Amino acid sequence: MNTHTKSDGVGSRARGMVLAAGRGLLLAVVSLPLSILGFCLSLVSMALIPIGVGLVTTPYVVRGVRAFADRRRTLSGRWGGVSIPSAYRPAPATANPWTRTFALLRDPATWRDLRWLPVDMTAGFVTALAPAVLVLYPLEGFALPLGLWRTMTGGPYGEYGPYWYGFVPVSDQTTAFGAAALAAVVLVLAHRYAVSAFQAHFRLTKAMLAPSQAELTERVRVLTETRRDAVDTSAAELRRIERDLHDGAQARLVAVGMDLGTVEMLVDKNPEKAKELLAQARRSSAEALSELRDLVRGIHPPVLAERGLGDAVRALALRLPVTTEVGVELAGRAEAPVESAAYFAVSEALTNAVKHSGADRIWVDLRHSDGSLRISVTDNGKGGAATGAGTGLAGLERRLGTFDGVLAVSSPAGGPTMVTMEIPCVLS
Amino acid sequence: MRVVLAEDLFLLRDGLVRLLEAYDFEIAAAVETGPELERALAELEPDVAVVDVRLPPTHTDEGLQCALRARRDKPGLPVLVLSQHVEQLYARELLADGSGGVGYLLKDRVFDAEQFVDAVRRVAGGGTAMDPQVIQQLLARRANDGQGPVDRLTPREREVLELMAQGRSNAAIAGKMVVTERAVAKHTANIFVKLGLEVSDDDNRRVLAVLAYLDQGR
Repeated sequence: MNTHTKSDGVGSRARGMVLAAGRGLLLAVVSLPLSILGFCLSLVSMALIPIGVGLVTTPYVVRGVRAFADRRRTLSGRWGGVSIPSAYRPAPATANPWTRTFALLRDPATWRDLRWLPVDMTAGFVTALAPAVLVLYPLEGFALPLGLWRTMTGGPYGEYGPYWYGFVPVSDQTTAFGAAALAAVVLVLAHRYAVSAFQAHFRLTKAMLAPSQAELTERVRVLTETRRDAVDTSAAELRRIERDLHDGAQARLVAVGMDLGTVEMLVDKNPEKAKELLAQARRSSAEALSELRDLVRGIHPPVLAERGLGDAVRALALRLPVTTEVGVELAGRAEAPVESAAYFAVSEALTNAVKHSGADRIWVDLRHSDGSLRISVTDNGKGGAATGAGTGLAGLERRLGTFDGVLAVSSPAGGPTMVTMEIPCVLS
Repeated sequence: MRVVLAEDLFLLRDGLVRLLEAYDFEIAAAVETGPELERALAELEPDVAVVDVRLPPTHTDEGLQCALRARRDKPGLPVLVLSQHVEQLYARELLADGSGGVGYLLKDRVFDAEQFVDAVRRVAGGGTAMDPQVIQQLLARRANDGQGPVDRLTPREREVLELMAQGRSNAAIAGKMVVTERAVAKHTANIFVKLGLEVSDDDNRRVLAVLAYLDQGR
């Protein structure tokens, strides 16, 4: 039983060794030219940016390098069990080559790729090849005493002196056996270390390709900030709801109760007065209802709950005093918090447009592409809107920030104003 | 008159049943969920359906969707939709087939039993009953657009137009505004001229024409 397990362990180890050697060889042979090609093209393309050619070529080259690096990331997971997260920023969907190139160059991941390429073609190549060498080299050592030594030391090779196998000079049958002994030692080493050498390759790749600590720190800072904003906002929201309920609906219902109590007392003595109070009670309850309705609309609009973002924005547009066209291209619904944030963001942008722009037409466009919800609110008003402290747009920016969303405003004096929002999310 | 009622809140359903029975309606079925409503509408052939927009199991606009489907299967099937909130979006969807016999009211309107029952009867008779909130929003929009024909109406005429758009007959409008029916007829004639609408005796077509007018040019 015990022996069986042991031999099984040795067998699977041998399989692992052969597999590592094969994959390492393949990886080394395939990736060396690709790494060199990618590195050279990147350098040339970036060098050509000043004369304009690079602006066009760089996005393609960088994207190619990214695909190559991503392929290696998946291979690391599949062959080495080393998972490497891919952390590229989403490329902007703009046709302007300068913006595109600039966004790519600003992404630290681009520079990380560029640093990785020379390492991959040197140390990476060696570590990928090592298991194959460890496995294949002993084969030569074993072939030497079988007669290969005669070929290697005789004939035209004779004048070069002994044939070196590792540190063993092979010149006759005895030294050939020595070489075989060394080969056996190497094979034992291969059996023990081939897999870990191959692992070393992936650990090296990970060290070069994984997002750096600084980036993670920056990410944590942003997350902490947006979380604080979100908590502040929701606390303020709760306070507002509490106050509205307390001063509004709750107070009115109390008044209804009091009126009804009085009616109960008056109904026999003074029916006229009782009727008057009943009418008043009904009015109060109707007002309480309409206040509750407004409150609900402010928390989570009913149409949003019932139909989702597209129809909620359409319904919103129908209530605006300004003619508003809504275009929706959404294949499904986003998560409820995202939908809600997007809805209120659109609502705020529309309110701004109605209040300040002086526009007589507004266009809202909602679409989902490349893993992002994209919303634009455009008006034909007088323009001059700006983001920054104290404006409604800053609040909008904060609201979107919680979901890693971004806001861009284009509003030259004289108009038109275009507010664009983007929230990364998936539809279901 | 046989009514199918769909409302998921027990208290409200119970109250509506009692209210309608008090006004001599026969409750053919009082159901709780969308699928039940769908079955009841298909099998019981009621004279009118009173439906809550939001129904289980989805708790979204299941009731409205059921009503729209039922009306596609049986054109003109009278449906009165009740809701905790009114949205023009939903009002438009209900009116879209143009066949009349639709109503869309806030649940609060049940407070005024007479008015509510009147609305149910009007819908059952192929008329319309749109919530004043919907109409006011529509009119406010048109007025805000600036040079719209609604601006040329006198305040009195606007009042008449609002009531007309809710689906009321001239007699009802006269009663509500405490004027003679002749006066109302004069106002309506003026309104039709100013809005450029063809005069028609049919209450239902009149309302649809008004709404269609308010709808266009958006």
